Amino acid sequence: MDLIYEGFAKAVALLAALDREVLDITWLSLKVSGTATLLSLVFGITSGTALALANFPGKRLVVSAVNTGMGLPPVVVGLFVTIFLWRNGPFGSLDILYTPTAMIIAQAVIATPIVCGITVASIQNLPPNLRLQILALGATRPQMVWLLIREARLPLLAGVMAGFGGVISEVGASIMVGGNIKGYTRVLTTATVMETSKGNFDVAIALSLILLLLCFAINYLLTRIQQRERPR
Amino acid sequence: MNDAPNFLEVEQLTVARGGVPVIDIPRLSLAEGEVLSLIGPNGSGKSTLMLTLATLLPPTGGRIRCRGEAIDSDRARFAYRRRLAMVFQEPLLFDTTVFENVAAGLKIRRMTRGEIRSRVMETLELFSMAGFAERSASKLSGGESQRTSLARAFAIRPEMILLDEPFAALDAPTRLALTTDLERILTETGTAAIVATHDQLEALRLSTRMAVINRGAIVQGGTPAEVMNRPANEFVASFVGMENVLTGTVLACSQSVATVSLGGHAIELVGQAEPGESVIFCLRPENIAISTTDPAGVTSARNVIRAVVRKVIPMGIYNKIEIDCGFPLVAYLTSQSIDHLHLDPGKTVYASFKATAVHLLRRD
Repeated sequence: MDLIYEGFAKAVALLAALDREVLDITWLSLKVSGTATLLSLVFGITSGTALALANFPGKRLVVSAVNTGMGLPPVVVGLFVTIFLWRNGPFGSLDILYTPTAMIIAQAVIATPIVCGITVASIQNLPPNLRLQILALGATRPQMVWLLIREARLPLLAGVMAGFGGVISEVGASIMVGGNIKGYTRVLTTATVMETSKGNFDVAIALSLILLLLCFAINYLLTRIQQRERPR
Repeated sequence: MNDAPNFLEVEQLTVARGGVPVIDIPRLSLAEGEVLSLIGPNGSGKSTLMLTLATLLPPTGGRIRCRGEAIDSDRARFAYRRRLAMVFQEPLLFDTTVFENVAAGLKIRRMTRGEIRSRVMETLELFSMAGFAERSASKLSGGESQRTSLARAFAIRPEMILLDEPFAALDAPTRLALTTDLERILTETGTAAIVATHDQLEALRLSTRMAVINRGAIVQGGTPAEVMNRPANEFVASFVGMENVLTGTVLACSQSVATVSLGGHAIELVGQAEPGESVIFCLRPENIAISTTDPAGVTSARNVIRAVVRKVIPMGIYNKIEIDCGFPLVAYLTSQSIDHLHLDPGKTVYASFKATAVHLLRRD
């Protein structure tokens, strides 16, 4: 029990001191996962909307595949991104393995199916005639798609939360493609793994607390937006 | 044929779903400002036809013309769609304020903020919804939602409006209030409209022409009086119910009782109309009492008309009796009464009905 108590005490001290290295790690986590989430929104909402509105044989199979992808194990993503970016892999010439860019790519790959799957469900949940109603109001196809996405904005915000929550807390892919290089690719999760394995529980607890606070703050913000959006 | 072309002309229109033909309409037209009601039971193809007319569903064959121009390319379809509006059975409102909902079609057309503001408020006023502008659409009652949906459609000032069972999901009083308002607004704006409904009274109130649809085909078209009084076949007869729909001229009107001249008789009915006006009214057959002696003084009914029996048709538990009062009238009688009164064709009878039994349907 002492271990936990001391850990917490030291963690608070560390946080209070605004340790430079801890701040850098936190900032990088936010930057990498934030960028990855943004990318996943672009790809996920576009592909999810297209998938929800399109009609083609085998659609169910594709939707099932996307839904499976929502639970994609980060280590599997990490493995494949590593292979692709390996020196003599298909994209080896880019020379970006063990950089924050590689981490962004891996995290975007993890988050995109989450956003895509939630988008498909949100759009399909809209009343089937809404599409026709919007067209009957004189909308062009792009206007119609835009209005549908806007109409599904509240469940889509849940998709943003799920996507961001998924990537900020994942460690497998980040450690594989980032390498946990001090001052360069070290993020909150990879640092926590390392400190724990070294037995530095106090630092690990401090990092975990920051991670939790960060997740809470982002979700709180998004929830506020979601609630405010609903007019009284 | 030197008349201006109709707003809408449909020729040889066919629609198939999954290879099964569901719509087959050789001809259908809608004049400028005309209100046509499309009546038929559920599953008769009303909605499919409405969607096809809105070019939201591609037909398998035939053509649609708007003011003589064929709607046969994507560009023509889009231009045509911008001239019409459609309202569905569900209000299909956006999850935002009433104002933003009514503004939707105007924003799509990229009108300026000022124009949108004045047009939205003006349209909300028309539907008695001005006080609801800043309310959330998700908090409206069924009637208010449908009013908002109608306002959204009328806000774009469509040249034609397609209404697909707009009031089917509403309770009777709300429905009546909305029908009254819609009738007024259609007349005021002069918007051409097609109203799909399975409610014949709604159709009678709103439209000048009716088309009865069954299994994807129009089985009868004509004025409400034609369709109601002379159903083309058994289906129409059973669907519209046998109503006495009559047209007369108002002689006088006082204290909400109008006297209407028809076939040499003065008929009293409850309703407001101006003398000289032509009105359509209806009388349910079960509200007509038949006797062989003059009931004047015995009955409290305001209308007593001498008539001659034309035909007695057994209909199971009751009989349909067609009489000639100088205008045709249909009444229902039990077999017992028929026997008791010895009602045979040619016999003179008295038909009596209350002024409250006569429904003033519309003023022309």
